[in-house]
Amino acid sequence: MLPRLLPRIAALTTILTFIASPASAENRPNPYVHSIPAATITVSAAASLTDVFPVIAQAFSKRYPQLKVTFNFASSNSLVEQIRAGAPADVLATADEAVMWKATEAGLTARPLLFARNTMAIATPKGNPAGIASIADLQDPRVTVAVCADKVPCGVLASRLFQKNGLAIDPVTRELDVRGVLGKVIADQVDAGIVYATDVAAFPDDVTGIRIPSANNVTTNYPIATVVDSRNARAAKVFVDYVRYSSSAQRILRAWGFTKPW
Amino acid sequence: MGVHQTVVTTQRPAFLMIPGIIAIAFLVVPLLALISDAPWSAFPGILSSPTALEALRLSLVTSVLATIVATLVGAPLAWLLARDSLPGTRIIRALVIVPLLLPPVVSGVALLSAFGRRGVIGGVIYDATGWQFPFSTAGVVLAGTFVAMPFLIITLEGAFRSQDREIEEAAAVDGATPRMIFLRITLPLVLPALLAGITLTWARAIGEFGATITFAGNLEGTTQTMPLAVYTALESDRDSAMALSIMLLVVAVAILVSLRGYYLPSRTSRSSR
Repeated sequence: MLPRLLPRIAALTTILTFIASPASAENRPNPYVHSIPAATITVSAAASLTDVFPVIAQAFSKRYPQLKVTFNFASSNSLVEQIRAGAPADVLATADEAVMWKATEAGLTARPLLFARNTMAIATPKGNPAGIASIADLQDPRVTVAVCADKVPCGVLASRLFQKNGLAIDPVTRELDVRGVLGKVIADQVDAGIVYATDVAAFPDDVTGIRIPSANNVTTNYPIATVVDSRNARAAKVFVDYVRYSSSAQRILRAWGFTKPW
Repeated sequence: MGVHQTVVTTQRPAFLMIPGIIAIAFLVVPLLALISDAPWSAFPGILSSPTALEALRLSLVTSVLATIVATLVGAPLAWLLARDSLPGTRIIRALVIVPLLLPPVVSGVALLSAFGRRGVIGGVIYDATGWQFPFSTAGVVLAGTFVAMPFLIITLEGAFRSQDREIEEAAAVDGATPRMIFLRITLPLVLPALLAGITLTWARAIGEFGATITFAGNLEGTTQTMPLAVYTALESDRDSAMALSIMLLVVAVAILVSLRGYYLPSRTSRSSR
């Protein structure tokens, strides 16, 4: 029995190694690099990836010098709508699995891969002038709170967060993406905003973040997929795999406060 | 004015006709596409939703208030500019039409710097009362007034400037006070231009988006006007967004058509001049 299985195990190991190779072969010259024709790929990415993706793209372009990456950042729903309307995107990365699933189901993207996980935090203007200590403080009617619109991922998460903690919070504004919330906080127009933990990490000089203990917090997974109508399908796939499997991309994500979704 | 003009009619040169037809197609085709693309069967449900009705009510209220404010302060300024009554008329004129050229988002940021709770003026108000323009319906009116008033000023100033001054002078000779002259003679003479300016101002205010969302935020029932509701709906529900767009289009066209007779001189009144 065993002798018959051995070659199969060996073959399987080879296949597994090969599949895993983008990660393990990180620093070796990739023999396939030059077989990918030069291209500029357009990555439509969730607003909460605005800071980290350009850094990943820089590392990516170092490894694949012939591939350039340009970005289109917006709320995940807008990105799906744009692609549905025929916007020239090669890769879609959303802040929420449900939004990506909507796109995949509609035949707009290939099968997605989960590449990062995020959680929520309270952002307050620098120095936390309203003295907010916990999420329960946001219930105070004197505290002005900005959240995302209830249909975009960060708004869905904010609602889940309030629900999980049994809080009734009346925001003064519902912004269209997380950057809108952050902008209102940075400009000191509101006392607090519900944003991603990574947003707080990205603007240490502009906002003061209040951590939400993980027992009270909610999380979201980020999927990434190639767009079916992409004119640079191969290059797009290379980027998707790079974000998901390469240790450099994953290291950058960690540095920006994202965690592993697996 | 004194020269009698002979109108030559029925000449339609191709070099004007062709670009003209392109212009018509360019402006009308997207609107027809919107209408043909619209999910008509879903309309009654979407348009009777509280979100849609609240947004329409807010849009009408705030755009009308913005137009009133713009007229009350903009019309006097237009007169002052037309009569060179202010030092540095040219500079002032250039400054007050700047909001016309600014991207509305920039207008919103500028309004925050002035009227936000940490703004030059808004900060004083906030520290004294705890109240702020942003996130309030008053903030929407302020944003609308800021972006729309230049339309009133430039329309009306042109009319004041091209006015025949002889009647005013005659009235002054007969002992009319400046106030009487303005109210009884100057203003009635520019009435068509005033109505045109008011219409343009209102149209700009009801369509306002960028300054509103930047300065006043986006909250149903308080600051979420129709354009913001359309944009918010686009995030999740394209059908709602289209239905709301068409609702705004219909309301705007209906109001424009109902006002048309007031300021578009008919053929007969033009030829009788």
